[in-house]
Amino acid sequence: MLEIIGNAVSLGILWAVLAIGVYVTYRMLDIADLSCEGVFPLGAAITARFISQGGDPFLACLLSILGGGLAGAVTGIMHTRLKIPILLSGILSMTGLYSINLRVLGKANISLLRIPTMYSKFQGVSGVGSSAATFAVGLAAVTLIVVILWWFFNTELGYSLRATGNNVNMIRAMGVDTDTMFMIGLIISNALIGLGGALIAQKQSYADIGMGTGTIVIALASVIIGEVLFGRNSVLQHMISVFLGSIVYRIIISLILEIDFTVPLFGRSFEIAVEPTDLKLFTAILVAAALSLPVLSKRIQARRALSARGEPKEEGAADAKR
Amino acid sequence: MLNVNSITKVFDPGLVSEKVALNRLNLTMAEGDFITIIGGNGAGKSSLLNAIAGKFFCDAGTISIAGNDITAFPEFKRAQWIGRVFQDPMMGTASNMTIEENLSIAIRRGKNRTLNWGIGKGEKELFYDQLRQLDLGLEERPRAKVGQLSGGQRQALTLLMATIRKPKLLLLDEHTAALDPSTGRKVLELTNKLVSEENLTALMVTHNMRDALAFGNRTIMMHEGRIIADIRADEKKRMEVDDLIALFEKSSKSALANDRMLLG
Repeated sequence: MLEIIGNAVSLGILWAVLAIGVYVTYRMLDIADLSCEGVFPLGAAITARFISQGGDPFLACLLSILGGGLAGAVTGIMHTRLKIPILLSGILSMTGLYSINLRVLGKANISLLRIPTMYSKFQGVSGVGSSAATFAVGLAAVTLIVVILWWFFNTELGYSLRATGNNVNMIRAMGVDTDTMFMIGLIISNALIGLGGALIAQKQSYADIGMGTGTIVIALASVIIGEVLFGRNSVLQHMISVFLGSIVYRIIISLILEIDFTVPLFGRSFEIAVEPTDLKLFTAILVAAALSLPVLSKRIQARRALSARGEPKEEGAADAKR
Repeated sequence: MLNVNSITKVFDPGLVSEKVALNRLNLTMAEGDFITIIGGNGAGKSSLLNAIAGKFFCDAGTISIAGNDITAFPEFKRAQWIGRVFQDPMMGTASNMTIEENLSIAIRRGKNRTLNWGIGKGEKELFYDQLRQLDLGLEERPRAKVGQLSGGQRQALTLLMATIRKPKLLLLDEHTAALDPSTGRKVLELTNKLVSEENLTALMVTHNMRDALAFGNRTIMMHEGRIIADIRADEKKRMEVDDLIALFEKSSKSALANDRMLLG
């Protein structure tokens, strides 16, 4: 059991890079960028192709970052210059990238077995075990990313980007070109997602054309779980929450795979052993539930307020004060 | 300072909903002018402000500010000269960001954003002093998120943000209309204080005739996308609300059907 959780934690750390990338667009810019589903396998494909031909695994990550950033720029141009709605821009990128990813891979998948990766190189240098190496490399990458993003979001440019996601009206009135901010955000986000693909490909020792499917939902699950459990009071706390959310998500997933459920239905009980293929359904339900929480809690509040009618409402009192 | 030369704007041209918002409108403002704008619903008051701010481009005519022709400038480029406060208190601030972060964005209005720290040296002290002038206690919690503030506090903050870097022109679009009367009064007094202390050039849309006469040195009256009366200094001082209504009915050849304009 402990080993399962240990593995889940180190996987969660690696997947956090993807989650933080999605967080940049989803939370900071307040847009849902679906190009993620094409950029994640793009990052993996670039890395796998490069390493399999004898390239350096660290340099491979850099190439994946560049590839991801470039794809983000394409989505950005479609959205800001050509005024295509962001959802559609993302879908167009994602669809186009499928073909590009196949070109990069040259076939449906590339195996990296017995080929040195960052993790095996780190193992060689430090002498630690495989899962400790994953843990260390992943943690180093995420820490670096969080520190750089924290710095960026506290610069003049970072303030403008955050305000763009918050209130376009206000930031335009303050003289900022919001199109540029969307471009910058999309490039940063997809560069990180590309890196996420590279880290995961090296971890699981293969890249596959289908590995992007469902990544946006996985990332959203991490973002939302993190926010609910660990809060979002400041930018730094928010990013750390997303990071921890990714780990918690992986732990939940690995535990669910271990447990057989007995579901009583129509007076009979059904044994359900969750297969890995069921996970996407589970994740989708989880995210749908989490996203509907605000609506549901509002309804519950309204019902409570209704039943407690006659007592002074707190909200009204606060309004009257000013 | 501001020169609006024969601007026209038609919304939804050719459709049933076609609406001439601005009709060959001319307006010249001298430095230090504080103009209040009145007129019925749909008279084009907000459209005039939005045309100047660059919310949309005009179909015809030119706009220049401080000698610069800004007719073809997008909204964000005009911001270097223009400070704005909107009717909706939510519109002028970033609610997820802190008070000091909002002010830091405001003090850089119209400047290029760099990778320097968002809050520069000495700015925290500057923000403290500026916030204290608002007399709302905001200076004691610069790290509070703006979303936690009340509508009145947010509007006062927006006003400070619009003026913390002195604008060539301040646009106020019914900025007290969404507030309760006593808060609205406070924000209006604050506006007057800031405008006179800094000798700002300002355009203020209002629905309240009494305020229109009480504030500023000029009052313009709009109807169907045009300015139908321009009341200046001495004439304005002598004028009562009843005179204003009579003038409106005479100039627009229509009765005031709008109760909201009469009240106050």
